[in-house]
Amino acid sequence: MNQLIDIIFSASFGYAVIRVTTPILFAALGSLIADRAGVINIALEGTMLVSALTGVAISAYTQSAWIGLLAAMIAGGLVGLLLAYFSLNLKTDIVLSGIAINLMASGGTVFVLYLIAKDRGISSSLPSLVLPKIQLPLIDQIPVIGAIFSNHNVLTYASLIAVLIVYIFLYKTPLGLKVRAVGENPDAADSVGISVIRVQYFALITSGVLAGMGGAYMSMGYVSWFAKNMTAGRGFIALAAEAMGGASPVGTFLTSLLFGFADALSNNLQSLSVPAEFIQTIPYIATIVGLVIYASRKTAQINKIKQQEK
Amino acid sequence: MGKEILSMQNITKVYPNGIVANNRVNFSITKGEIHALVGENGAGKSTLMKILFGLENPEEGEILLDGRKLSITSPNVAILNGIGMVHQHFMLVPSLTVAENIVLGSEPRKGKLFLDMDKAIIMAEDLAEKYNFDIDVRAHVKDIPVGTKQKVEILKALLRGAEILILDEPTAVLTPQETEELFKELIILKEKGHTIIFISHKLHEVKHFCDRITIMRNGRSMGVYNTKDVSEEDISRLMVGRDVILTVTKNKAQPKEVVLKVRNLTFVNEFGKKALDDISFSVRNGEILGVAGVEGNGQRELVETITGLLKCGKNKILIEGKDISVLGIKELRDLGISHIPEDRMTYGVAENLTIEQNLISNTYDKKELNNGFLMDMKKIIDTTVDLVKDYRIKCNSPKQTVKMLSGGNIQKVVVAREFATEPKLLVADQPTRGIDVGATEFIRTKLVELRDDDSAVLLVSADLNEVMELSDSLIVMFEGKIVAYFEDTDKITEEELGLYMLGVRKQTNEEIGGVVYE
Repeated sequence: MNQLIDIIFSASFGYAVIRVTTPILFAALGSLIADRAGVINIALEGTMLVSALTGVAISAYTQSAWIGLLAAMIAGGLVGLLLAYFSLNLKTDIVLSGIAINLMASGGTVFVLYLIAKDRGISSSLPSLVLPKIQLPLIDQIPVIGAIFSNHNVLTYASLIAVLIVYIFLYKTPLGLKVRAVGENPDAADSVGISVIRVQYFALITSGVLAGMGGAYMSMGYVSWFAKNMTAGRGFIALAAEAMGGASPVGTFLTSLLFGFADALSNNLQSLSVPAEFIQTIPYIATIVGLVIYASRKTAQINKIKQQEK
Repeated sequence: MGKEILSMQNITKVYPNGIVANNRVNFSITKGEIHALVGENGAGKSTLMKILFGLENPEEGEILLDGRKLSITSPNVAILNGIGMVHQHFMLVPSLTVAENIVLGSEPRKGKLFLDMDKAIIMAEDLAEKYNFDIDVRAHVKDIPVGTKQKVEILKALLRGAEILILDEPTAVLTPQETEELFKELIILKEKGHTIIFISHKLHEVKHFCDRITIMRNGRSMGVYNTKDVSEEDISRLMVGRDVILTVTKNKAQPKEVVLKVRNLTFVNEFGKKALDDISFSVRNGEILGVAGVEGNGQRELVETITGLLKCGKNKILIEGKDISVLGIKELRDLGISHIPEDRMTYGVAENLTIEQNLISNTYDKKELNNGFLMDMKKIIDTTVDLVKDYRIKCNSPKQTVKMLSGGNIQKVVVAREFATEPKLLVADQPTRGIDVGATEFIRTKLVELRDDDSAVLLVSADLNEVMELSDSLIVMFEGKIVAYFEDTDKITEEELGLYMLGVRKQTNEEIGGVVYE
């Protein structure tokens, strides 16, 4: 037990939480924008995989991590575009299309991996690059704080800035207002001349780009290779984080941190004498517990409103 | 009077199902008037206005704005030409503020990228002040009352430069106080030079606030009148009338025991309005009690509380002395209630299932159709084949899916199923709406047969012809109350009925109390 407390209250654990929160946060922000426009993006998991592989492949080919990142973002956007085309133009069910994309990405990335790296599991034979880490000036010098917050990957800082950007976008720009209007009452938006389908296209593509950044972080920051199904359900955890965060940027950030905490815990506890299989389930159990708490709170709220009406 | 600013000439609109909604209608308005467009449900008022706002395209006819011929192909064209419409169902985003809703789609910007919220608030406030609207533009739409939501809709139209404002039954959802406030505001709009088209069937409002009236009936215009030249009685006579008369031969009713008792039933709807206000009546077996009234005066709520779709208080509705408030719909049906719903595609049938499956959907679990653990397919086929024959459902086989049938035959499926259980009480809500003459006549005859077999029938219909021909006795609903009771339907005229339906007249409580039997 003492060992557990030592782990949680160490600076290296704080650093780890932020480190593992990054991909979840990116995907959760992607989920947020799509959700606010009234289109649920369940394909985040697959999008992250596709982008993770794209980043590795392109960075190895061009020998530039930045071009790799750009390619990963474009790939993410394209997956979003594909989902938008299926669901908005061809009118397929968006959840089923999302599941299809996830399955396609899961198998397709292994196939492509074999084509380019001659390996079915890992891309270590490719000379791929990683994105740089950044040392924060001044903060770096502060004990504990510096150890937790400095020296992260550039995308980790980008994900924190993205929270702010998404907030400003949603609440301070005309397009953000349109996104919110379309998500809540498409008829109302339509009646004032807003093109609902264009707004939803935009939201799904942006959602894909954000998930793509999460994917790029996985293979070009978190680790330095692509591995089969390396996202391990983070796209789905992100959906849960967004729902629990009440579809608000700040709430989503906090719940993403919570899931990051669970993830970091599971990574660190593997050094203890607890069965590893049990510990690895922690992030997923946390997801279920989180969703149950969220749902019961919401039901209580609805009941309260109903009672007031009576 | 000002000069004519808009005229619609010879407008004809035929819907794909063959219903002629507008038949060479002429309609014109002059600048700065409040022009009422009145007519019964289905008279074609809304269609005419949808054409004007670009939501429907007419088959024939033209629209002239300021003498210029104009082709209004979409709402955007209408808005660009200064025509605005406030729909019956509000087009607002609840979690946004009033100001955000008003500027949505034409937001002021700070620089290129950012929303200028301060300017949006100022714009909304200036607009509200100009027209004397009392409104907090910072409030969230979800927190404001219905009357205020309507103001937001009007302001939205005004911001987009509406000179001509169409209001589709704006008072239908308002309380009397809100209605009065709305009219004060409309008069201010009129003084500022706006022209208002006001769709309504509430005659006292029309009489008090409107300058001229166009009356529609059965898709035709019955003429334009200066409000001061016509009385409410005149308007009612022009609005209400029967064109085609289908007669059903029937003997005099022999009512016996009371089956349905409704006592002091009140229902408050989601807008906090009393949809049903202290209603009491009885239906006895062997009689058809008709409920007449313009739609939206509480009939739907009445039907839904009796059939268990809406919950009511204890001891308000009794069937053969049993309080139904504690019963589920299945238990109600087992008690002997049948229901022909108003909306047959939603509540009447499962359109993707077969005729056979629909016909047994209320009896599939009964002993007669089951063979221990399994369904008795042979019995089911026999039963449904008989029903298809008896009710003359035109189909290739009972295995056909319901959605392949015509409206009249779908309704026959519903009627066959509901009648087959030999109900103690049948609630028939608009049983012949939108179906062909043959099916209508057949269903009406069957209704009378059911009555003669000692069922109690509650018939709700907005079709005057139907309630007058079929009902033995009749109650009239207006604004959630029963305003008249006629023990013998044969003794009243449609003109008389129209006056009660439109709220011009009301019987005394003693007269209305005649419908309460113990």
